Amino acid sequence: MTVNSQSPTSSSQGQAGPRKSRSLLAVDAHTKRRNASEARFQFMGKLAVGIGILALVGLLASILANGLSSFRQTYVTVDIFLDPAKLDKDGSGDLAKIAKVTTFGYKPLIKRAMAAAIAEHGIDDQGLKAKKIAALISPQAPATLRNYVLAHPDQIGKTVAFNLLASGRIDGYFKGRVTMDSAKLDRNISPEQLRLADEMHRVGLLETRFNWAFFTAPDASDTRPEAAGLGVAILGSAYMMIVVLLLALPLGVAASIYLEEFSKQNFLTDLIEVNISNLAAVPSIVFGILGLAVFINFAGLPKSAPIVGGLVLTLMTLPTIIIATRAALKAVPPSIREAALGVGASKMQTVFHHVLPLAMPGILTGAIIGLAQALGESAPLLLIGMVAFVREYPAAPPEGFFDPAAALPVQIYNWTTRGDPAFVERASGAIIVLLAFLLTMNIVAIILRRRFERRW
Amino acid sequence: MNDIKVSARDVQVWYADNHAIKDVSVEIEDKTVTAFIGPSGCGKSTFLRCINRMNDTIDICRVEGDILLDGEDIYDPQVDPVQLRAKVGMVFQKPNPFPKSIYDNVAYGPRIHGLASGRSELDAVVEKSLRRAALWDEVKDRLNASGTGLSGGQQQRLCIARAVATEPEVLLMDEPASALDPIATAQIEELIDELREKFAVVIVTHSMQQAARVSQKTAFFHLGNLVEYGETSQIFTNPVDPRTESYITGRIG
Amino acid sequence: MNVSILSVIVLGLSVLGFFLARRRALSKVNGKAYKLHSRPIYYGQVVFLFTAVPALLVLALWLFIQPIAIERQVSAEIPASAIPKGSTPQLVMSDVRRIAGGIDAMLHAGNITKAEFNDMSVDTTSIRSQLASVGIALGADVTPAVFEAAKSYRNMKNVGHTAMAAVVLVVALAGLLLSLARITPAQRARNIAEHFILALLIGASLVAILTTLGIVLSLLFETIHFFRIYPARDFFLSLTWNPQFRGGSDLGMIPLLWGTLYISLVALVVAVPVGMLIAIYLAEYAGKNLRSFAKPAIEVLAGIPTIVYGLFALITVGPFIRDWIAVPTGLGNSSSSVLTAGLVMGIMLIPFVSSLSDDIINAVPQSLRDGSYGLGATRSETIKKVILPAALPGVVGAILLAASRAIGETMIVVMGAGAAARLDLNPLEAMTTVTVKIVSQLTGDTEFASPETLVAFALGLTLFIFTLALNVLALYIVRKYREQYE
Repeated sequence: MTVNSQSPTSSSQGQAGPRKSRSLLAVDAHTKRRNASEARFQFMGKLAVGIGILALVGLLASILANGLSSFRQTYVTVDIFLDPAKLDKDGSGDLAKIAKVTTFGYKPLIKRAMAAAIAEHGIDDQGLKAKKIAALISPQAPATLRNYVLAHPDQIGKTVAFNLLASGRIDGYFKGRVTMDSAKLDRNISPEQLRLADEMHRVGLLETRFNWAFFTAPDASDTRPEAAGLGVAILGSAYMMIVVLLLALPLGVAASIYLEEFSKQNFLTDLIEVNISNLAAVPSIVFGILGLAVFINFAGLPKSAPIVGGLVLTLMTLPTIIIATRAALKAVPPSIREAALGVGASKMQTVFHHVLPLAMPGILTGAIIGLAQALGESAPLLLIGMVAFVREYPAAPPEGFFDPAAALPVQIYNWTTRGDPAFVERASGAIIVLLAFLLTMNIVAIILRRRFERRW
Repeated sequence: MNDIKVSARDVQVWYADNHAIKDVSVEIEDKTVTAFIGPSGCGKSTFLRCINRMNDTIDICRVEGDILLDGEDIYDPQVDPVQLRAKVGMVFQKPNPFPKSIYDNVAYGPRIHGLASGRSELDAVVEKSLRRAALWDEVKDRLNASGTGLSGGQQQRLCIARAVATEPEVLLMDEPASALDPIATAQIEELIDELREKFAVVIVTHSMQQAARVSQKTAFFHLGNLVEYGETSQIFTNPVDPRTESYITGRIG
Repeated sequence: MNVSILSVIVLGLSVLGFFLARRRALSKVNGKAYKLHSRPIYYGQVVFLFTAVPALLVLALWLFIQPIAIERQVSAEIPASAIPKGSTPQLVMSDVRRIAGGIDAMLHAGNITKAEFNDMSVDTTSIRSQLASVGIALGADVTPAVFEAAKSYRNMKNVGHTAMAAVVLVVALAGLLLSLARITPAQRARNIAEHFILALLIGASLVAILTTLGIVLSLLFETIHFFRIYPARDFFLSLTWNPQFRGGSDLGMIPLLWGTLYISLVALVVAVPVGMLIAIYLAEYAGKNLRSFAKPAIEVLAGIPTIVYGLFALITVGPFIRDWIAVPTGLGNSSSSVLTAGLVMGIMLIPFVSSLSDDIINAVPQSLRDGSYGLGATRSETIKKVILPAALPGVVGAILLAASRAIGETMIVVMGAGAAARLDLNPLEAMTTVTVKIVSQLTGDTEFASPETLVAFALGLTLFIFTLALNVLALYIVRKYREQYE
């Protein structure tokens, strides 16, 4: 080692003249090696940052690529003659009797209307039978028709233009999920049907447009992914968030005020502190077990109800809110408290009149972050039955809190367990919706923090 | 008269827009203790940190002018600050031993610079450095104990041992005794006097008495300017500049 | 009377009390507020609190206790002979509840009248078919004993609800009147109100303890229940996990624990180096621009719900690993695998590790960095030889916290790891974890009497103890580390 042999000698040259050691301008081999190692380390750091960003991009790209198409949906526009002979045999117009006609009774109407539409536009039917042609339309369509008739019984006997959902495979064809090749192997669809769909698309009988129903419709069964929507799930999540906000915010703020402003150092306070910091780290699924055992089994609350989900999420979010609120209270400088106490305010007045208002932006930011965490949580909700198949919208609160409902993240999980690949599209689309909600909440939190940030 | 070890010419330093050092030119002699004195914020520490390019670690800091070490510009783009700092060691205001054993603290520099091959050589370097720092007798039985467990004065002497272990040619000391009690301070001052035999020592100090006791040359800084530089005895007894006199007599600072 | 109406009435009374009290306090001193001990608003507060809080507490307690009390009473009424073979008292009780609910539904829908219901008995009416008409499907015909139990269950419930309404209203009124009557100019109303509020604040902070207690008790209670019907030795030591619906299950925890630890290990191997290097790079090297862009990007990763990572594992990472690694090497052919779940969980943990490490690295004092640079160390030498050793306890704490997260993570493993319990070393095989099995044993229609369901509580307790121990240890280490530099 060059340095090794030089340095001691240079320093031992003693008084004789300037101690001229090696020039600074030449980088020696050892330093070169060290600099190379430095560069390697820096490169690894860059690589890690790259991996992190790549993971984020990959995650979002995969979700967007799979899910964006769920915001568009293929519809077939067809004029349907609401045949009195089928729907209202004796012509009485009695709603109870019309209601006796099940969705089965509506199928022939669609079959006939489809055949007529194809003949009218002079499209080659590809040699398909009427039943196969009708299969281009979603099995959900008869129910749509029936609901319409029950709502407008006076339209019986007239011809009405309907926008009906195309079947999931046809929808998939226009989104690139289904191809001619895959159709050859598929029991549910044939290349001829796809070609017919192409023809119908050409003459405007069939088109793909924005899918409002995705946000409003309830879930649908395994065989009709094209009809599945997030309506019930969004409502259920909203109900749970209301419960969380109503319970977790006051409880969390009250607990924080006590711990930060009033508590004395004693056993009880220590116990509470230890409990809060540990609850913050308890796996979320354990809260689900708690909900199942205490709220459902012990207290007898109904399964799948937003109230139970809300309670479980409240307990889960409470530590987050408490930690954020305490930080916000701590950030209010003691001089404010001293000033209030100095003019004769009681401790309680000081806290509620001065400290709390000043800490409010921080508290709200914490609450929003807690809510966002609760909104995205799924594991505990699986255990309290939110994964059930629910098609009915819950009633308006407060009764609605006790009705069965779904929740956004659980609905996503539910869809991923279904067989039809169209549900993967739906699940990814639902994640985009979920992420949009979370993004909005976080942006609100950031704006709050920026707008009201104080520098003391 | 000793040789010139470090010579600075027209050095300017900016922290962002703040002009912290203005046109400082100074020649620091080898085997001499040079004291930088002046009121707080006068730029003496900033200038000290320029001599081993410690200011490089601060993003907003910009240095202009030349600082030559043995005639070589230390701000030349070809100069590796890492090599420079091996030649120009530094001791800081607050003792900052690494949370490692006493031995590892002293051996840190020789190890990273590859100055010793083999354990026995390293042992020798550690012992020599601790002896130079007048700490050997106090710690020789517990070289594996943590460096942070020592007293304040011992910690600072450990830092000095750590700095001399790389065989530097210049030793920079930034108020090395300001965090210590009077007895520890006396020990450090004694040590500085001994170190002079081997190194060029530059010490920044707040205490004029300390400057008078340990240094042969003194530079007085005020508001980023080098006001006066000369023999310590002359500065303290017969200052040329009225600002120096005001400071020495306690009217500014 | 329904609960929400009842609470609204109580709150209405309290608000009324607030205004009455203010008027009354002022009228006692002929409107000269300065003669009162406290400002009039505090007299209002006192009455408001004494009206609302005790009544609402009674309401909450009643709602909590009534179902339990009724359950006890009714299940005592059912003779042992009424419990069919192969059934349990719990099953019969759930029938009772459903019949009672069905009767309510029928009355509500107007299918039967009150009078008809009173005459109803098992012999004269086909209750099963009537209940089916309101959507309550029963497994078997209703026996007289069960029907009678259902009737008395319903009765008690109704009586209980009426009594509850009465008691709550009485409490509220009593609070209102008594506190109104006690108003005098000398009453220290502000102090009373403040003490009351302080008590409420303390009560709110006790929720944390109650939650922990609830978790521990519910887990412990059902776990003990489980060990009564399934040998603890088999649970802890058996190497097979094979639940059967018809009994005779093997419920050994070890394969689940193995899967959990294996996947967590993979996740940590991904997350710890990457997360720490990110933290180091951003703290020590990165320029302002990169930092202002990369830091929020990494934080975005932290805010993404785990279901999103789960879907990512399911539709992207899993198939990718299967098609590009598992099948070509012939080591596996399933898209759910230890590697899939571990990799995605690792990505999830990167921001967690990096933000913890960032805190820890920043806690190392600048003076140590200066000391090292002053000796001529390069940045990486300073990081590797000074900062990381100094930060070691904190880093260990962070890794333990990350491990605890990995062990408790549910959605990613549910969607990415698979369902087969396996003791294997091949990371390309599907394996399962404790959390996956908790979910699968407790979702769907659960009957709380079978070991197959109850085992989930034992698993939950194991999980709870594991993560708790890791957290306590981690927090202890981190706190010690912080003290070192304070």
